Amino acid sequence: MNYKYFPHTEADIRHMLERIGVRSLDELYADVPESVLLKRDYDLPSSLSETEIRDYFRRLGEKNRSLTIFAGAGAYDHYAPSVISQLISRAEFLTAYTPYQPEISQGTLQYIFEFQSMISELTGLECTNASMYDGTTAAAEAMLMAVAAGKKKNRVLISATVHPNTLEVVSTYAKFHGVQLDVIPACDGVTDKGAMEQMLEAGDVAGVIVCSPNKYGIIEDFTGFADAIHAKKGLFIVLADPSALAVLKTPAEWGADIACGDGQTLGMPLNYGGPYVGYLSCTKDLVRKLPGRIVGATTDVDGKRAFVLTLQAREQHIRREKANSNICSNQSLMALYVTIYMALMGKQGLREVNEMSYSGAHYLYERLLGTGKFEVLYDRPFLKEFTLRSLLPVEAVQQKLLDNGIFGGIEVEKGCLSFCVTEKRTKEEIDKLVAVIEEV
Amino acid sequence: MKYYDKLIFELSKEGRKGYTLPENRMKEYALTALPDGLKRADVPELPEVSEFDVVRHYTNISNKNFGVDTGFYPLGSCTMKYNPKINEEICSLPAFTGLHPLQPAVTAQGALEVYYNLSRALAEIAGLAEFTLNPFAGAHGELTGLMIMRQYHIKRGDLKRTKVIVPDSAHGTNPASAAVCGLTVVEVKSKPDGRIDVDDLKPLLDDTIAGIMMTNPNTLGLFETEVLEIAKLVHGCGGLLYYDGANLNPLLGKCRPGDMGFDIMHINLHKTFSTPHGGGGPGSGPVGVAKALVDYLPNPQVRKADDGTFYLHRSEDSLGRISGFIGNFGVMMRAYTYILSLGKEYIKYVGPLATLNANYIKESLKDCYYLPIESVCKHEFVFDGLKDKSTGVTTLDVAKRLLDYGYHAPTIYFPLLFHQSIMIEPTETESLETLDEFIEVMRKVAKEAIECPDEVKTAPHNTPVRRLDETTAAKHPILRYRDLAH
Amino acid sequence: MSKVIEGLYYSESHEWVKVEGAYGYIGITDYAQHALGNIVYVDMPDVDDEVEKDAEFGAVESVKAASDLISPVSGKVVEVNEVLEDQPELLNQDAYANWIIKVELTDTTDLDSLMDAKAYEATCKE
Repeated sequence: MNYKYFPHTEADIRHMLERIGVRSLDELYADVPESVLLKRDYDLPSSLSETEIRDYFRRLGEKNRSLTIFAGAGAYDHYAPSVISQLISRAEFLTAYTPYQPEISQGTLQYIFEFQSMISELTGLECTNASMYDGTTAAAEAMLMAVAAGKKKNRVLISATVHPNTLEVVSTYAKFHGVQLDVIPACDGVTDKGAMEQMLEAGDVAGVIVCSPNKYGIIEDFTGFADAIHAKKGLFIVLADPSALAVLKTPAEWGADIACGDGQTLGMPLNYGGPYVGYLSCTKDLVRKLPGRIVGATTDVDGKRAFVLTLQAREQHIRREKANSNICSNQSLMALYVTIYMALMGKQGLREVNEMSYSGAHYLYERLLGTGKFEVLYDRPFLKEFTLRSLLPVEAVQQKLLDNGIFGGIEVEKGCLSFCVTEKRTKEEIDKLVAVIEEV
Repeated sequence: MKYYDKLIFELSKEGRKGYTLPENRMKEYALTALPDGLKRADVPELPEVSEFDVVRHYTNISNKNFGVDTGFYPLGSCTMKYNPKINEEICSLPAFTGLHPLQPAVTAQGALEVYYNLSRALAEIAGLAEFTLNPFAGAHGELTGLMIMRQYHIKRGDLKRTKVIVPDSAHGTNPASAAVCGLTVVEVKSKPDGRIDVDDLKPLLDDTIAGIMMTNPNTLGLFETEVLEIAKLVHGCGGLLYYDGANLNPLLGKCRPGDMGFDIMHINLHKTFSTPHGGGGPGSGPVGVAKALVDYLPNPQVRKADDGTFYLHRSEDSLGRISGFIGNFGVMMRAYTYILSLGKEYIKYVGPLATLNANYIKESLKDCYYLPIESVCKHEFVFDGLKDKSTGVTTLDVAKRLLDYGYHAPTIYFPLLFHQSIMIEPTETESLETLDEFIEVMRKVAKEAIECPDEVKTAPHNTPVRRLDETTAAKHPILRYRDLAH
Repeated sequence: MSKVIEGLYYSESHEWVKVEGAYGYIGITDYAQHALGNIVYVDMPDVDDEVEKDAEFGAVESVKAASDLISPVSGKVVEVNEVLEDQPELLNQDAYANWIIKVELTDTTDLDSLMDAKAYEATCKE
């Protein structure tokens, strides 16, 4: 029983058993039916020393391939300043629980307040919660919010241009919660406004979900959307890349009631899909319908400024089956990650990240068209991600890129490939990608 | 130490920066070319600070936090065990952190192997057939598990099973997850001994019941001794059994939910498998199922081919997708490291030692705190406040006073079965000395409650801030820097 | 000891109704405000919403608790007490002076199943 994570000596155990009044550790399980007691060791590997563990994972790591990333589709390879990983590793942040005891959790509560403030700056909406699991579940929660706010209305519209994984997750939640989710068709790479207006006519729509930049990378123009949706008393929900919101028209400027998305674009490592961090912002009118943890400012008995979890009466531990959501945590450490990122990059840095990504992506776009092996799919504005129709077999392009250590060209639609360029990609890397394509 | 209370925005000074980026060598493609109608009108008010400003600021605010590494954290139902450092080292390996979630499986075999092996290890520990690691947290796992339950009934064409039974002692998340999943909650009562009342359960069981959600040991830390009878009854009416894995820790090495008759369960990797809570996340909530339910697991599923390679599978019968990609991979790396560290030789002691620690505290304090149910507990137990209630000192006061003495408070006012619940879970990684010191402090607080109750009622006194005005915070919410009075 | 006043109709879920002609004012009782503690928010329906006897029409929240508002009568909401939006604490100060909604009663026989002051006082003591 002597292992480094267990401080118990044999003498300790004897002393403790005596205090409890039982003879053995087994006796502590005397109330467990005999037939379910496990009478063997688990069929698991044997204990490994640290050296062996390092070696094991090093060998596993060699089975992965490190690639130059020219893909996005919901996960983006942005630059992360060195400071961040050092700071979030501080045990006071890393090993704390949810800040239930505010007197000894001001560190966590304060950075969440900063996170909420910064995300609200980006979305333009007044209220942001303490974060969600990821962008896809944030979108699903936004849908649940719309249905809860819409009282008896139970239908939500979602644009066909949202990322496919988000559409799938929202569909799953809709199916089980009993929400009728209808897809607004795309027209020329963007949400078909006319079709949406027609679908709104029935008057039973609780909310409409759109996305910009969308799955093709296109920056959509939502002029007139808010008016059309609000005229039918629905909520307007915009999915947006928070990094891009440093330069693009904000959900608030489009007249949105709710904004959500994934904070992964704020310098978070790709990490094979997680952990990332979802965000969810809304107007002041909707704050009581906002799910999850929310931190507010207040004072203590001595008048000191302090922060605390607030509006808790919305939440599952109080409302139980009447809560609008079952979420009872946030993605706290990842919220800290992006908060530190936004602090370091600041208003200027985030702008530069977008400028550089824009430049690289547009350079690649032109070079790829120049190869004659792609053609324009939709001639619309984009930021760092774009989609072209491939004149070559898609698999051949993808394989050739992989053979050369490049991951790019995600098939968004039959025969159409999307590419993404962030500020991390150099001109040489882009030129190499083009040269590889030339060889296909 | 100097009291620090700045917000990062208050350090901002125009023109400062905390980053470097390479020169833009393709700037002939300029963002200014975007149509004005697509650009934001103003500039977001993000701080302008130097790198060192950021480092000092977050270091200073971290000092106002309390983590497991700081001190004893007896927070019931949260399993605040030690978070091994090797886990952090392994999960930061660039060979894994640089992987794009959509890159082809052939280029991510190492990562998929971690996912697969961890899922197999969890299946063995749970006594179930397969696990998905896609859910992001316990509550998310619970929701996923209930979706599997519904999908099972839907696929059998049995559409009237829309009710789920939840004990009155359940975690608040249980009924909330059920509601999000479109199920109606039916409550089953506890008996005076804190366990589910089987006689109360029987009349609830009919052909509208999708299943039951249980945690075992329950939130009072008591083993549900009639679990086999409950399983028989629920299965008998065509329902499934869901196991809320929040309290799995004491079972490690001793028994398996699958062997008790559970069909679906979630595990909190951030509780039982030592991954850090991170101030509220990221967690991970893998969901395991019995053989008959495997096809309903969320997509994508990680499978192993006959040639030993790993691939992502999409099942037609799946409930659907519940996460952007395959879950919090970084958390899986940590949990798998933990399992490999302990191995089959040591993981079996986790449960018994956690149970030993809990019972030791319980027996050492029951003369001054009221123990409503006298019984051997598992990993945690519940006091119903101080034994001497005449002082007017409440559970909240006791909790706050503990902060003064350098302890995190236990879980309070949960479960709802009692008015003054104090729920204590020490975990197996705490030493006898730590427990003895905590016991001594708890006794001291009980004494203070009698001798100087005001000292306790106004606690804490030594923390960075003292009791907060939560009423004003909730009445007039200020949720961002812009809305603070400057 | 919580206050109960004469002339109102009371429900088991601690709401009161004051009837004026075809209209009823609905609020929560002193017992209810006391049980909740500091009230921080009152979730009210919109004017023209229909409320149904024994169905919820809103909620009252304190910092650590929430309680659904159950309508003692059926009817149409003709007015909501907007003052409570900014000053929910008024319910703590005087639960009977501060009604929450005013409804046009659909069926006055709804009142038959409610308690008078004396009967309600007795239930509070239980």
